[in-house]
Amino acid sequence: MTTVQEPKTDTFDDNDQKPVGYGRMLRKEDPRLIRGRGRFTDDVQLPGMLHLAILRSPFAHAKIVSVDTSAAEAAPGVKAVVTGETLAGLGLAWMPTLSNDVQAVLATDKVRFQGQEVAFVVAEDRYAARDALELIDVEYDVLDPVIDVRQALAPDAPLIRDDLEGKTNNHCFDWETGDADETEAVFARADVVVQQDIVYPRVHPAPMETCGAVADFDAVEGRLKLWSTTQAPHAHRTLYAIVAGLPEHKIQVIAPDIGGGFGNKVPIYPGYVCAIVGSIVTGKPVKWMEDRSENLISTGFARDYIMRGEIAATRDGKILAIRTNVLADHGAFNGTAAPVKYPAGFFGVFTGSYDLEAAYCKMTAVYTNKAPGGVAYACSFRITEAVYLVERIVDCLAAELEMDPAELRLKNFIQPDQFPYTTKTGWVYDSGNYEPTMRQAMDIAGYAELRREQAEKRARGELMGIGISFFTEAVGAGPRKNMDILGLGMADGCELRVHPTGKAVVRLSVKTQGQGHETTFAQIVAEEIGIPPADIEVVHGDTDQTPFGLGTYGSRSTPVSGAAAALVARKVRDKAQLIASAMLEVTVADLDWVKGSFQVKGDPSKSVTIQQIAMRAHGAGDLPDGVEGGLEAQICYNPSNLTYPHGAYICVVDVDPGTAQVKVRRFIAVDDCGTRINPMIIEGQVHGGLTDGVGMALMEMISFDEDGNCLGASLMDYLIPTSLEVPDWETGYTVTPSPHHPIGAKGVGESATVGSPPAIVNAVVDALQPFGVRHADMPLTPSRVWDAMRGRATPPI
Amino acid sequence: MQVPAPFEYERATSVDQAIGLLERLGNSARLVAGGHSLLPMMKLRLANFEYLIDINPLHAELGYIRFEADEVRIGAMTRHRELLESDELAAAFPIFRDAERVIADPVVRNRGTLGGSLCQADPSEDLSAVCTTLDASCVIRGPGGAERVVGMEEFHVGPYETAVGDGEMLIEVRLPVRKQGGSAYEKVERRAGDWAVVSAGAAVWLAPDGTIADARVGLAAVGPNTTGIPEISAALWGNTPAEELYEQAGAIAARSCDPATDQRGSEDYKRHLADELTRRTLRKAVERARS
Ligand SMILES: Cc1cc2nc3c(=O)[nH]c(=O)nc-3n(C[C@H](O)[C@H](O)[C@H](O)COP(=O)(O)OP(=O)(O)OC[C@H]3O[C@@H](n4cnc5c(N)ncnc54)[C@H](O)[C@@H]3O)c2cc1C
Repeated sequence: MTTVQEPKTDTFDDNDQKPVGYGRMLRKEDPRLIRGRGRFTDDVQLPGMLHLAILRSPFAHAKIVSVDTSAAEAAPGVKAVVTGETLAGLGLAWMPTLSNDVQAVLATDKVRFQGQEVAFVVAEDRYAARDALELIDVEYDVLDPVIDVRQALAPDAPLIRDDLEGKTNNHCFDWETGDADETEAVFARADVVVQQDIVYPRVHPAPMETCGAVADFDAVEGRLKLWSTTQAPHAHRTLYAIVAGLPEHKIQVIAPDIGGGFGNKVPIYPGYVCAIVGSIVTGKPVKWMEDRSENLISTGFARDYIMRGEIAATRDGKILAIRTNVLADHGAFNGTAAPVKYPAGFFGVFTGSYDLEAAYCKMTAVYTNKAPGGVAYACSFRITEAVYLVERIVDCLAAELEMDPAELRLKNFIQPDQFPYTTKTGWVYDSGNYEPTMRQAMDIAGYAELRREQAEKRARGELMGIGISFFTEAVGAGPRKNMDILGLGMADGCELRVHPTGKAVVRLSVKTQGQGHETTFAQIVAEEIGIPPADIEVVHGDTDQTPFGLGTYGSRSTPVSGAAAALVARKVRDKAQLIASAMLEVTVADLDWVKGSFQVKGDPSKSVTIQQIAMRAHGAGDLPDGVEGGLEAQICYNPSNLTYPHGAYICVVDVDPGTAQVKVRRFIAVDDCGTRINPMIIEGQVHGGLTDGVGMALMEMISFDEDGNCLGASLMDYLIPTSLEVPDWETGYTVTPSPHHPIGAKGVGESATVGSPPAIVNAVVDALQPFGVRHADMPLTPSRVWDAMRGRATPPI
Repeated sequence: MQVPAPFEYERATSVDQAIGLLERLGNSARLVAGGHSLLPMMKLRLANFEYLIDINPLHAELGYIRFEADEVRIGAMTRHRELLESDELAAAFPIFRDAERVIADPVVRNRGTLGGSLCQADPSEDLSAVCTTLDASCVIRGPGGAERVVGMEEFHVGPYETAVGDGEMLIEVRLPVRKQGGSAYEKVERRAGDWAVVSAGAAVWLAPDGTIADARVGLAAVGPNTTGIPEISAALWGNTPAEELYEQAGAIAARSCDPATDQRGSEDYKRHLADELTRRTLRKAVERARS
C-alpha cells in the first residue's frame, strides 16, 4: 500500500499534463458534456428506428380480465402491439430480479402496483406510439391493495404474489444478524435503555435522465446491440443471455453517457426487455425512453424501512449495545440489488462507529402493492438506513443522558489501535482514526461557539439546532468468496495498453454516471506509470470494448476497479522496467522509478522515459530474453475486504418559530475516504450527496393514497432540492488509507448521501428541544415540523 | 419526454384575430400565453385541446406596465420577469416584487404571464392573490371589440374557472393607486419554486393621522380561489396599526379560510399560516406605508 498526500494547492496547475497522477484536475469528460456533445441513450438515432411506449396499470392491484388491442393495431403508424399474453407465448412474460425473485415484464394475470407494465406499442414515432396506448382497452377487476406495510402480514391481507407457488401470505424474507441472547443480557443490565421508532421513508433517485434503451436486433447475424441506461453493462449482458437465451457473444450492451444513476439504473427494467422484444418482432431498431412520471412511479425506489431502534448504555455514557427490529417494504417484487448472501444489503453496519459489547437486528421484509426496488439513491446497499438508525438513536441517548452529542460520540469511538476491528455483526472495519475527523469538523464549525450562540437564542425564543452525524460505511463490494449478484462474482477486470508513442488506453468494467471515471481512472494510471492523464484514454460502458466486471454502484468503482487500474498499471510498469534495463544495459535492480522514467541508480543522466520504452516495446531491435513485444496487461481484481470510509458531519439549522420552516444555515462535512485521487471530484461527490441529504431530510418522499395511487408522480409533487435550499458546503478531510487497497483509496460516492440526513434531522430535533421533541421523522416539511412543535409528530407512513 | 395528444396550432396576429379564432373554434380551442400552466397539463394529458392559439406574438401589444394618475395598467401578456424587474411597479406596489421573487424559477418567469396566471385560476396562483389584495379589475375583450371590466371577486368563478367566456380574452389588469399605501407578500413553500403551502398579501393605506384608511388581505392556497377577506378590512378600518390589531386580523384570516389537508400540509397548519402570514404582511405593509 502506498499513499500520496495531495499537493497543498487549490490550483489546477495543468495537472493533466504532468506525469504525477493525483491532485486537482479539471474533468476530462466535461468539455463534451458542457458543450452539448455528450451522447446519451436518447441521442442514439438509427436508420428506420421505431419508438416504443408502454401502457401502465392505473390500479395498484387488479386482475386483468381482457386486453383488446385491435383499435391500437389499426392506428396510424403503429407497427406492433404486444401484451403479456404475447410474451408468455415466447416464455418472456417474467424475468428474474437481482434478488432471485421474479418480476413481470408485462402483466399476464394481475397488476401488482400502479404503473406496472401491461402492454406496449411500437410505432413510427413517439407520438403515434403514445397516442395508440389510449386505444388499448384493458378490462380490470380491481382487487383490494396492500398499501399499509404494517398490515401486509395481517391474516386477512389480500395475497399479492399468488404467482409464487405455495405462497399464502405477503412475507418476502426474514433476516437476522448479531446475537439476540447476548444482546438481551447486555440490555438487561444496562443503566439506561432508550427506544425510538424511526421511519426512513420511500424516496426516489430521480436522475435527470430517465431510463431507456435502443435495441437493434440483427436477425441474420443473430446479434443484439443494446444501448441502455445501465450502471452495470456486463452484468446486464449476462442476464440478457440467461433470460432471453441469446448467446452472450452475440450481445453487445453499450451504456453511452448517463445523466445520473444513483442506483436507479442498476436493475434490468421491463422496458429494456420490451425494447429487445420490439426489435425482434419488427425487425427494426426500437427506442424506448420512459417519461418523468414513468420513472418516478415504476423504477427502483430506495429505503422504505420502518425501524425500532434500541440503545443500551451506562449512566456515564458508555454505549453497550444496539438492537433493532425492521419492517422492510419491498413493493410488489423483490427487486433489491444486493449480494445474494445479503438480502438486507449491508444493513449490518448499524453498529456504527462505536465499540459495542453486543448488537442484534431482526428484519422482516414484506410485499406490498407498490413499485419494486429498494436499490437506489446512492444505493449503498442499505448503509444509508443503517447509519440513519444508529446516528439518530445515539442522539436520542444523548438527550436522555443530557450529554452533549459530540462528547457522547467521542467517548464511544472505536480506537485507532483496535483496527482492523470486527463488529458484533461480523464486519471487519479495515482502518479508521475517528477522533481527528470529528475534532476537525468541530473546529471548522466552531462547535463550542455554536452551542453558546444556541443558548443565547433559546433564551430569546429563537430556534437554532446543531446536529451531528458520524458515519462508517462499508463499500467496494466485494470479495468473491462471499459476494455475488445472481451468481456473478463482484471482482472487476481492467486492461491497459500503451501505444508506441507513449499514449495509453485503459479499459474499465465500471461505468460513470457522472462520477468522473474518465478523469479519476486516468489519474490512477498516470500516478503508476507516469504518463500524463491527458494522454490516457479511458474506455468504459461498452461490453465489446471492456473486460468483465459488475459495474458502478455501492461506491465500488474506486475500491474495486480503482485497485484493478493501479495494479494493471504496475504490471505494465514492471514490464517497462525489463525493457528499460535492456535499453540502459543495467540490471533491473539497478533502476530507480522516477515518475515517468527509469533512471540508473546513482546516475540520473542515464534514463529512459516511459514513452521511449513504449516505442522500444513496439519497435525494431531485440527485447530482453523472454519479453514479448507490446506494452500492455490485463487483470481481474478480487478485493480481499470491503473498504470503510468514515466522516463527521455537522449541520446548523434555524427554524422559523412562526412558520416552522427549516433553513439549513451551515453544513460542515469532513470526509475520510483514504487516499485522495482528485480532490475536486471528491468535493463534487460530497456536494452532490449533501444536497441529496437535504432533499431526503426535508422534502422527498414517495407516498401513496389508500388505494395505492402514487402521489409523487411528477417533480411538482416529488420535490428535489435546488441550490436555494442548500448552504455553501464547508468541507474538510482526513486521510486514513485502506491497508488492503493497492493505493489506499476507500471510495466516496455515497458518503455524503449516507451521512447527511441524520445530521440534518438531528439538527432539527435539537432546534425543537424547547418543545420537548426527541424525534421527528423525515421528510421535515414545514407542516410536519409544526406538528412536532405541537407535540404530535407522526410517522409519515 | 411527456408527449401531448395531437392538436392544431396557430399564431395570433392581433387581439381581434385571436378573439375571432376563439369565437369560431369554440371550447375546443385555448389561448396559449407563457404555456407554463397549460402545456404541463397537456403533456400529462390532463387537458386535451384540439386547437392552440399562440398569443405570444401579441406581447408587443399586450406586454406593458403603464402608470396613470390614479391607476396602473398592466397588459395581459406582461411576463413575470417584467413584473419582477420593474422598479416603478415595485415602488408603487412592493407586493409585486415580493411575490415575483418567489414565483416559480427564472425559466418559468421568462415566459409566464400575468394574464395566464389569472386565467389559470389555480387556487394557489400567487399573482391572483396579489391582484385580489390590490383590488384589481380585469378588462375582458370580446367579439367586435366589446370590452367589459370585472373585479377580482367576480373574475374567479371557481377553481380553474373565470369570468372569461368562449370567444373572450383578458387583455389588461388595472390596479387603483391611492396615497400613503404600502403592500407586502409572504409565501411559505416547501422548496423554492414550489407552489404555496399558503401565501398572503396585504395592502394598507394610511390616513393623514396615521390610522388605517383602508386595508386588504388576499390569501392563496387556502380555498377554492384566492380569497380577499372583507371582514379583515372591516376590522382594520379607522384603527391605529398595532400588534394586537394584526393578531385580530390573523385570527380572522385563520377562521375565514377553507384549506384542505394535502401533501403540502395539514388543514390546521394552513390555518395557522393564514394567521401568521396575515400578521407578517400587515406589519410589513404598514411599515412600508409609513416610509
Ligand atoms: C415549474 C413551475 C412552477 C410554478 N410555480 C408557480 C408559483 O410558485 N406560483 C405561481 O403563482 N405560479 C407558478 N407557476 C405557474 C406560472 O406562474 C404560470 O406561468 C402561470 O400560471 C400561467 O401563465 P402562462 O402565461 O404560462 O399561462 P398559460 O399556461 O399559457 O395559460 C394558462 C391558462 O390561461 C389561459 N390564458 C392565458 N392568457 C390568457 C388571456 N390573455 N386571456 C384568456 N385566457 C388566457 C390559457 O388558455 C390557459 O387556459 C409555476 C409553473 C411552473 C411550470
